[in-house]
Amino acid sequence: MTARFEAIVIGGGPAGMAASVTIAAAGHSVLLVDEAAAPGGQVYRATFPGLDAGPVQGDADRRLGDAWRARLRGSAVQVASEHVVWEVGEGFRVSALGSNGSVSWRARALVAATGTTERVVPFKGWTTPGVFGLAGATVMLKAQMTLPGQNVVVAGVGPLLAAVAYKIVTSGGRVAAIVDLSSASDWLGRLPAMATRPDLLARGLMWMARLLRAGVPFHRRSTISAVHGAARVEAVDIVPVDGDRRPIPGRQPISMPCDALVIGHGLVPQTDVTGLLGALHRFEVARGGWIAERDGNFETTIPGLFIAGDGGGIFGAAAATAQGELAGHAVSRHLSGHSTAGEIGRLRRQLRRAQRFGGAMAELMALRDGQVDAITADCVVCRCEDVTRAEIDAAVDAGATDVNQMKAWTRCGMGPCQGRSCGDVAAAIVGLRVGGRVVAGKFTVRPPIRPLPIGKLTGRFDYADIPIPKPAPL
Amino acid sequence: MPVNKTPAKSLRIERRARAVTITVDGRAIAAQLGDSVAAAMLAAGEQIFRTSPRAGTPRGPFCFMGSCQECAVRIDGVVVPACGVPVSDGLVVERVAIDDR
Repeated sequence: MTARFEAIVIGGGPAGMAASVTIAAAGHSVLLVDEAAAPGGQVYRATFPGLDAGPVQGDADRRLGDAWRARLRGSAVQVASEHVVWEVGEGFRVSALGSNGSVSWRARALVAATGTTERVVPFKGWTTPGVFGLAGATVMLKAQMTLPGQNVVVAGVGPLLAAVAYKIVTSGGRVAAIVDLSSASDWLGRLPAMATRPDLLARGLMWMARLLRAGVPFHRRSTISAVHGAARVEAVDIVPVDGDRRPIPGRQPISMPCDALVIGHGLVPQTDVTGLLGALHRFEVARGGWIAERDGNFETTIPGLFIAGDGGGIFGAAAATAQGELAGHAVSRHLSGHSTAGEIGRLRRQLRRAQRFGGAMAELMALRDGQVDAITADCVVCRCEDVTRAEIDAAVDAGATDVNQMKAWTRCGMGPCQGRSCGDVAAAIVGLRVGGRVVAGKFTVRPPIRPLPIGKLTGRFDYADIPIPKPAPL
Repeated sequence: MPVNKTPAKSLRIERRARAVTITVDGRAIAAQLGDSVAAAMLAAGEQIFRTSPRAGTPRGPFCFMGSCQECAVRIDGVVVPACGVPVSDGLVVERVAIDDR
């Protein structure tokens, strides 16, 4: 039996929580489907039951996450936690795998609030155990209270560098170095936008000041060119980069001993759901890559399919919350035909302000050609299938004109992560050769969109119970 | 005022949580309620979760968000990312062999 709802929201992060609460408040039946044990997404990730992370003061993300989880509990939203969506069809039909196998639901309106994956631009040794994503490190530190290493290099670009380094140092760990791709002028140029959120700006400056006073070495306009150590991280090489974030040739790297590296180069919107349903997408580098086209009401080119939060373009958690609320109101109008209460104006102003700050951060983290150029030929790009840059380039040399042809010839993007780790960078490598990202395209999305154990799908059965039809007479 | 002098003694950040034991390939590992399987294994010094299928290089948790599948292990007969599964007392975890992913 397929349960029906008026609306289904996929993804329990800031946008999904806000959208579902808003839809329920307007009196519509709504299901929130989320893969985690509790709603929150990545930024507002809840700890697992049994972990007392201590007082909540000073951790704004945890406070906001707890507040939204409380609002969800007090709402009529039906929450399906620990359900991994593996297919979405027209109509809309959503199929998800939970502990009791696969379930399907139907709804007239669908909100994709699927968030992002982290981009890590490959470098020599990046597959070594002990190398972690920068956004992933925030989950490790805050939700699981575990340090990535005893002596950690924090590298990449964006506001998470200082956030993660500060959390490591104040949690009893040591930061061997912070290696920031961007320059002081990259940050200074974004000060006016950052000043729209004085609270966040002040917090960032406080982190930086404390890290500098604690004596954490800072390498600006630099990147990691290699990890040393075969089975675990022993040291990393730090090299300076130019304005296009390309390592400057001929400069001797600084070798920095460490036992872990956390590194991230921005976020990439997850477009699985909008891709499966055939919504129109466009490429926008400042928003993180390919994003679904949407109108002022967050509706995509598929009527009834809405998108909210960073999955529709990177603007950060505060903007995602406002987008979720606005999309929730739009869904209610779509379902009932009536316009909702007069808080739209306030939400739109709140969104504009949040998007100024979040948008500036997204632009700081946007992928530059120099970073893609710097990937060496022998470097693994697709971690799942161990496909190197040389193999991707060879596919283009052999006539591949887009990423899907390249994928078919190399297996790049065909492993269990289904191209989530490599898709953006692999497309950027192809794009450099075929005339840009729009020509290079994006990996086609096909169900199942997450690894699916076939036994879970079929359930337990006995072969003796399967009816066998009588053979046709000869 | 944070200090940044000495490497951390343990990967565990101080917290109040009940001690539990899980087994990984038959080896008992001390964990704490609230750990993910991945965090518990890392804190016990287990960094290699599997090897890559083509080149055979060692791999461990990477994205910590259930997306990259690098920390995949077998629990109750199902291959799942270890970063998203909470530990429980007596939980049995097996590493995934290269040829039966």
